[in-house]
Amino acid sequence: MGSGTGLGRVRGLGSAKHGGQHWIDQRLTALGNLLLTNWLVLSLILLPNFEHETVAAWLAQPSVAVPMILMLISIFWHVRLGLQVLIEDYVHDEGNKFAAIVILNFYVIGAAAFGIFMVAKHAFTGAPA
Amino acid sequence: MAQNPNRPISPHLQVYKWGPHMAVSIFHRATGFVLATAGMLTLLWWLASIASGPESYATFQAYVVTAGEEATPWQSVSNWFFRLVALAVLFSFFQHFFSGIRHLLMDLGAGYELTTSRTWSIAVFIASLTATAVAAMFAISRFLGI
Repeated sequence: MGSGTGLGRVRGLGSAKHGGQHWIDQRLTALGNLLLTNWLVLSLILLPNFEHETVAAWLAQPSVAVPMILMLISIFWHVRLGLQVLIEDYVHDEGNKFAAIVILNFYVIGAAAFGIFMVAKHAFTGAPA
Repeated sequence: MAQNPNRPISPHLQVYKWGPHMAVSIFHRATGFVLATAGMLTLLWWLASIASGPESYATFQAYVVTAGEEATPWQSVSNWFFRLVALAVLFSFFQHFFSGIRHLLMDLGAGYELTTSRTWSIAVFIASLTATAVAAMFAISRFLGI
């Protein structure tokens, strides 16, 4: 272990001891997913039909748009944590691992932003004629 | 770039003898991947089609659910593709769901004894296969009217 530069002093010491937060977040988002996907499934079963008029009016309600947005956040956060572990476990080449983590982050943030924007736009402006 | 020799690597599938405990674990990972990609992209398409109006919604229905009598060959192919996707996503959802509950219970420190662990692993598969069958029959009768 070096004693000169900051990098030299920490190199080889292992993790930054922040792994516990990852683990906790994965469990908390799992509970969120458990609640919110159950809500979605029950809501879909209770819909009288799946015509555009029906689902558009359903999705525009605050009591539907808000849990839908929360569900997207909870799921994509969970996806980021979960697939990060898969990549770290199975992609051993450092370069490929870095690329896969970058793609994962672009995917979850991009997909979540798209979904949240669509639900919010729909709830704020109503169904287009 | 090469592998970093200072980091430990996870043992891969081929080192394990197949059994309920390891199967439920690897299925949790595989089904999570299916839900994260196929499941979420289809859900996002559905949400976007609702928000974009009746025409977009009709397009989604024609390609994903059913295009009815006047289906183009491409739409029929797409319908069958998405029926397989739907079945995979349904099974993945229930498998990840029940397996996830098992993980949360194990996080509380319960169910680590070998026989208990084995029993619950098998129960997870039975529960998810049953739920998939029930949900698939429900979906077929509701959306395809069979």
